[in-house]
Amino acid sequence: MNEKPKMLTFFDWASVILLLVASYLVFFFAPMEAVMGNVQRVFYFHVSMAWIGSIGFLLAVFAGIAYLKTKDRKWDIVGLAGIEVGLVFAFINIVTGSIWARPIWNTWWTWDPRLVTATIAELVYIAYIMLRAGIDDPNRRARFGAVYAIIGFVSVPLSFFSIRIWRTIHPIVIGAGGENGEAVDMQMTGDMRIAFFFSLFTFTVVAISLVWHRIRLGQLQDKVEQLKVKANM
Amino acid sequence: MTVKTRSKKVRVTTPFFKSMWAVVWKDLKAEGRSFQLLSAMWIFSFLVILIFNFAFELNIRERTNVASGILWVAFVFAGTLGLNRSMAVEKDRGCLDGLLLAPVDRSVIYFGKVIGNLFFMFMVEIPVLFLFAVFYNYFEIFNWGVILVIVLGSIGYTVVGTFLSSMSAQSRSRDVLLPILLFPVVLPVVINAVRASGNFLQAQEFMFVWPSIRMLIVFDVIFLALGYMLFDFIVEE
Amino acid sequence: MSMIKVKNLVKMFGLKTILKGMNFDVEPGEFVAFLGPNGAGKTTFLRILSSLSMPSFGDVKVAGYQLPQHAAAVRSKLGVLSHQPLLYGDLTAEENLEFFGRMYNVNDLGKRIDEMLEVVGLSKRRGDLVRTFSRGMQQRLAIGRAVVHNPEILLLDEPYTGLDQDASGILDDVLRTIASEGRTVIMTSHDLVRTEDMASRFDVLSKGKVIASTNKKNISKNGLLAFYRDAIERSKIEEEEKKRDRKNKK
Repeated sequence: MNEKPKMLTFFDWASVILLLVASYLVFFFAPMEAVMGNVQRVFYFHVSMAWIGSIGFLLAVFAGIAYLKTKDRKWDIVGLAGIEVGLVFAFINIVTGSIWARPIWNTWWTWDPRLVTATIAELVYIAYIMLRAGIDDPNRRARFGAVYAIIGFVSVPLSFFSIRIWRTIHPIVIGAGGENGEAVDMQMTGDMRIAFFFSLFTFTVVAISLVWHRIRLGQLQDKVEQLKVKANM
Repeated sequence: MTVKTRSKKVRVTTPFFKSMWAVVWKDLKAEGRSFQLLSAMWIFSFLVILIFNFAFELNIRERTNVASGILWVAFVFAGTLGLNRSMAVEKDRGCLDGLLLAPVDRSVIYFGKVIGNLFFMFMVEIPVLFLFAVFYNYFEIFNWGVILVIVLGSIGYTVVGTFLSSMSAQSRSRDVLLPILLFPVVLPVVINAVRASGNFLQAQEFMFVWPSIRMLIVFDVIFLALGYMLFDFIVEE
Repeated sequence: MSMIKVKNLVKMFGLKTILKGMNFDVEPGEFVAFLGPNGAGKTTFLRILSSLSMPSFGDVKVAGYQLPQHAAAVRSKLGVLSHQPLLYGDLTAEENLEFFGRMYNVNDLGKRIDEMLEVVGLSKRRGDLVRTFSRGMQQRLAIGRAVVHNPEILLLDEPYTGLDQDASGILDDVLRTIASEGRTVIMTSHDLVRTEDMASRFDVLSKGKVIASTNKKNISKNGLLAFYRDAIERSKIEEEEKKRDRKNKK
């Protein structure tokens, strides 16, 4: 277990190379968007971040269910890894979105359903981290973490739909960002599409590598604890 | 009705409703004597309304737009006080262990606590509504739509709140943690409840309010099911 | 048939192993005293027997029922008294018993409550709030709560903690009355003098294992302390030998 797996080293290097290629594709290969200009290039990374964030949170749900079923500590480590990585990516997603929104919507922030939902997700998972920090007994920490990961994940889409309903009743509010985003998607040229899917792929690889590292870190932490217990005996 | 134990033949558990009502009875009896929980919730929610009055310089003309928002903020904030207190009582002299030692299904304890907490929520909401109506000469808030929304919203809020408060009560930070855990999860309830009661107050057609009501019902059902399924895991070691 | 049968019980908290393969057997009617230093796993063990805590591995049978599968059935046979009273401060003595009696579905509850209050000597204070009670009175009422449903097995976890001499004396009397009704009792305690008097069997627990066990007739008067010290001493020596062996192997 101490030995770093060869596969992980491969993922690490693949991440670096893919990131370089993706940056080239996004910044030089993909054509400039006619209406929005260069700032549209944020979009390629922005969507990838949202994708990875959601996958991380979803991973935590499956790990949570697996933990509650088996009570095996490894699932707790996997769940935490998914949420920590997801939290970082979801945050970058919000920040990149904001950067894009400033020139396009002429504001850093609107209370659009997607923006609000992304923020709520961020808050749910920060609460998850705080919950874990507040519990000393490791079994209980794992159990509560699993339960909260499941509940939080169910609640976030409910928020999204709630806000959307409200917007459709009141169409006067600032133009819905979701539709703008989709419009961009529609008008993607072939080269844009290559850049888009390539960065989606790139960040998936990066995320796998990160989650894997985080799981290994968790296992090493466990090992340290174990040695401490042994030394005290 | 009796609840079967996990074994097939033996019936040693106390009947579901009998034990659930025992839990509710115990909470109401203790509260009816001390009024510690309710008095804190009342005063707190009145203060919230008072503060909003000055923060927004509320007057009779603007009240329609903000009334439902203010009411729900008062309910939600006062609610966390009540939920915390109601769980603190169980942790005080180790009573939660006492409950868990009884030969009943864990969900008995959960639903018993939910019903008790729901009752306390209603006990706060009724006087707050009256007070609000008197302060702003706004007796339109007593219409069946608003009441329906308050009932549905309170159910959703208490179902999640009771669940999460039994989690936060077992952590180091206790009271501080509950709102942080609760608010982001319970947000769909707040959004829809504020919307729906706002719509009713503006006398909009039911067609426009229905989506929000439906969301409230969906939320209530989903989280009742989740609470029922997951409560075992947060009380067992 | 034994009342409690435990085989190779292991309990882990995260990575720490608290109980390391415990074996334990109790016949009906025995009064077993559990002795051991702090952190030996006494409380953890009682929590597992009372179904509050799940075993990580191993086989636990209480009153013929398997744990944790038949937890509810086990709970109906158990009375638990811990160093916390497990009572509601804002309810009266009577109401507390009424509540727990209802939770256990006790028949003819009113009569049973009167009886219990009589046994623990709180009939006069039945209408008073529990939070106005002294620690000793709370503990006595807690005994009433623990046996309101007439359980076959009593688990007592450090029942004397925080009680003064008088209160402990009263508790002694009450416990004796209750134990004499043919119940199986398991008690953990630091108080060797008191324990020696009451129990019929003594088990010493250290580092998650039962290291010694003896019946009352096998030890001389006031010999419990010597027995206890001896057991602990022996386990220490054994452990050091093991450590030396391990080092030598390396």
